[in-house]
Amino acid sequence: MTQPVSELDYLKMSAWQKFCYKFVSFFKKIPMGFLNFFKVTIPALAIKFWLDVKQCFVNVGKAAKYGDWKTRTSFVLMGFSQLARKQFLRGFTYLIFELLFVLYLGLFGWKYLAMFGTLGEHTRGEFLNPVTGIYEYTEGDNSLLILLYGLLTILFIFAFAYAWYQNIKSAYSTQLVEEAKQPLATAKEDMRSFVNEQYHKTLLTVPLVGLSIFTIFPIIFMIFVAFTNYDMAHMPPASLFTWVGFENFIAVLGGGIATSSSFAYTFGRILLWTVVWAFFATFTNYILGMIVAILINKKGIRFKKLWRTILIMTIAVPQFVSLLLMSQMFADEGIINILLKQWGIIDSHIPFLTDGNWAKATIIIVNIWIGIPYTMLICTGILMNIPEDLYESARMDGAGPVKAYMKITLPYMLHVTTPYLISQFIGNLNNFNVIYLLTAGAPLSLNLANGAGETDLLITWLYKLTMDKQSYGIASVISILMFIITAIVSLIVYNRSGSVKNEEDFM
Amino acid sequence: MAKKFRSKKAVERGTNVVVYVVLTIISIVWLFPFFYLILQSLRAEPGAVTPYFWPKQWTFDNYIKLFTDTSTYNFPRWYGTTILIALVVTVIQTFIVLITSYALSRLRFKMRKPLMNLMLILGMFPGFMSMTAIYFLLKLIGLTQEMGIVGLILVYTASSCMGYYICKGFFDTIPKSLDEAARIDGASRHTVFIKIILPLSKPIIIYTILTAFMAPWGDYMFASLMAFGDQKYFNVAVGLKYMLQRETIYQYFTRFCAASVIVSIPITALFFWLQKYYVEGVTGGSVKG
Repeated sequence: MTQPVSELDYLKMSAWQKFCYKFVSFFKKIPMGFLNFFKVTIPALAIKFWLDVKQCFVNVGKAAKYGDWKTRTSFVLMGFSQLARKQFLRGFTYLIFELLFVLYLGLFGWKYLAMFGTLGEHTRGEFLNPVTGIYEYTEGDNSLLILLYGLLTILFIFAFAYAWYQNIKSAYSTQLVEEAKQPLATAKEDMRSFVNEQYHKTLLTVPLVGLSIFTIFPIIFMIFVAFTNYDMAHMPPASLFTWVGFENFIAVLGGGIATSSSFAYTFGRILLWTVVWAFFATFTNYILGMIVAILINKKGIRFKKLWRTILIMTIAVPQFVSLLLMSQMFADEGIINILLKQWGIIDSHIPFLTDGNWAKATIIIVNIWIGIPYTMLICTGILMNIPEDLYESARMDGAGPVKAYMKITLPYMLHVTTPYLISQFIGNLNNFNVIYLLTAGAPLSLNLANGAGETDLLITWLYKLTMDKQSYGIASVISILMFIITAIVSLIVYNRSGSVKNEEDFM
Repeated sequence: MAKKFRSKKAVERGTNVVVYVVLTIISIVWLFPFFYLILQSLRAEPGAVTPYFWPKQWTFDNYIKLFTDTSTYNFPRWYGTTILIALVVTVIQTFIVLITSYALSRLRFKMRKPLMNLMLILGMFPGFMSMTAIYFLLKLIGLTQEMGIVGLILVYTASSCMGYYICKGFFDTIPKSLDEAARIDGASRHTVFIKIILPLSKPIIIYTILTAFMAPWGDYMFASLMAFGDQKYFNVAVGLKYMLQRETIYQYFTRFCAASVIVSIPITALFFWLQKYYVEGVTGGSVKG
């Protein structure tokens, strides 16, 4: 299968060969996809960015060259051009923005920015006050604050540069409008455009400010923390932390001592289990949920609503309640073991949650209990859309229910619900609640470093590293690696689902 | 011919019986934990577990003590905190999701595609990653522990615009000719949104409200970080897990069950009441992605 197969050859293959061919070519596409990503996508983005930046300089240059004195004053005093042309609303907005920025930078920002390179040099001093007999502290640098405010200041500078550029552009364009003897936009018209042409700005400002402060800024912050030695031993304000380059990445990815309990080993083990878990959690739910939906929707089955309602109970009851309860029911002395013993099925208790392998199986089974109702709901609607005559003709040709399922139902469902499967898979990679509330990562293992347990996913390990060990640097590295994994998975599957959509293999 | 027909019917009936049996078993498995939960909440004997299934003595004490004996675990406080958070989050989140979805579905501007790509990428970072940084930020402003409610509300709602997919998918299905007709009559974009789109979007608004209201009840990760170990500031999820710690589980397991029932009843009732909209939203969203 080294050569691409011609269409005719492909059609001649048996179903099994077709499947193999698709399977192989899918994996063969991955390296190409990566190469394309680096060879095509990134250069394209870079060129576009470069052109945009060039355009900015061209615009500013034009304004400097052809602008009158009002426009040129705007280079220093933002909004001056607009004010001089009686556009008070725009003018004052720019002016106030500039004032606020200068005040922030002068009074506050610059001193943090100045220490950004070292993250502080003076450790907090501690001495015994001879008069009062109480320990007192001399003011030291706080690395955390320096990093936080330093980054904030850098972002503000970017924002200011953007606003300054907009200011120049707007100043010059108002000049042009004035020179053409056209009426300038009044404040009232400006305001009105915010419910019409510029309505997107009105709507999106609040959501995007929230997004920037609570998602984008923290992510940038944590990416920077990944390059510091911020941990229990370097905890501000008592001591300082500083830049360490790629040390944390090396520690996680395999440098250092390769003992069995090193970080690298633990990371590998946990990563493997995370992927295995996400795979099983997604597909067991998907297949079983679909089968349950088919059973309920089968012709001649009564009380459809009742069956559905019973299953939906698991969605309606808050998940943490069911999970905490399950963790007790499956305990060594829990009710499940007691009942199994009473019925004489087992002699001694089954270590559902206390033995590594049992715990993994139990978690997947409990997850099936939680997940089937969702799949059932989703599948019910889609199953009804499959044309009945497809099944009819399959039955005519002598296909049994299993064959009909494999040939009609499953391909159709996969075709329609690929986006759902992707989001489920990614959700399961980061499924905190099921693992943490059920086992909290237990049972602990001596083979794993830093308090990681047999059933820990990357996300619960991350939680422990942050909450219990306070190894923020390492935790950030793991977050970044998790992002990369998630991004790769979604990139591959999104590309793949694009090709699936174009293939009208059936119908 | 007639005989063959009958035998086919018999086979059909046979498979139906099998299906009924399977469905009954499934139902028992699915209901068993809830049944057990209710039984345990009414049990009078102490202990985390009894070696028998049916309680020997029945009592309502667990429910009453939950609200009267708050010396060790202050359940009413956790409950109040969570309800308050859920209500405020519902209002803000619904608002943000609606306006974001409308802007991305109906308005055309230069940054639309890049913005959608950005949100897709941001969604791939583990939520907990930003959490530590957010915690430091909020701690600096003083919005943890005592003010943890405000902090949590900010955390839950601030990034809620990233959950626009399903709602946008719904808006996309509303014909654009409606907008255009109104625009020709001189209505502004804003008027179109308020007067035309929103009244047509009742199912998706209810879906958004329902999911927004249910989410804060189940959150453990952020809530525990915000409270930082002080049980006064727990929400119900953190609190109930705290009840099950080894030192107190013997005494408090039955009360934990009672608390779980009390937490579940309003949410379950609300869910079943609005079930139709939930199903519509989930089904629509999974297909369009």
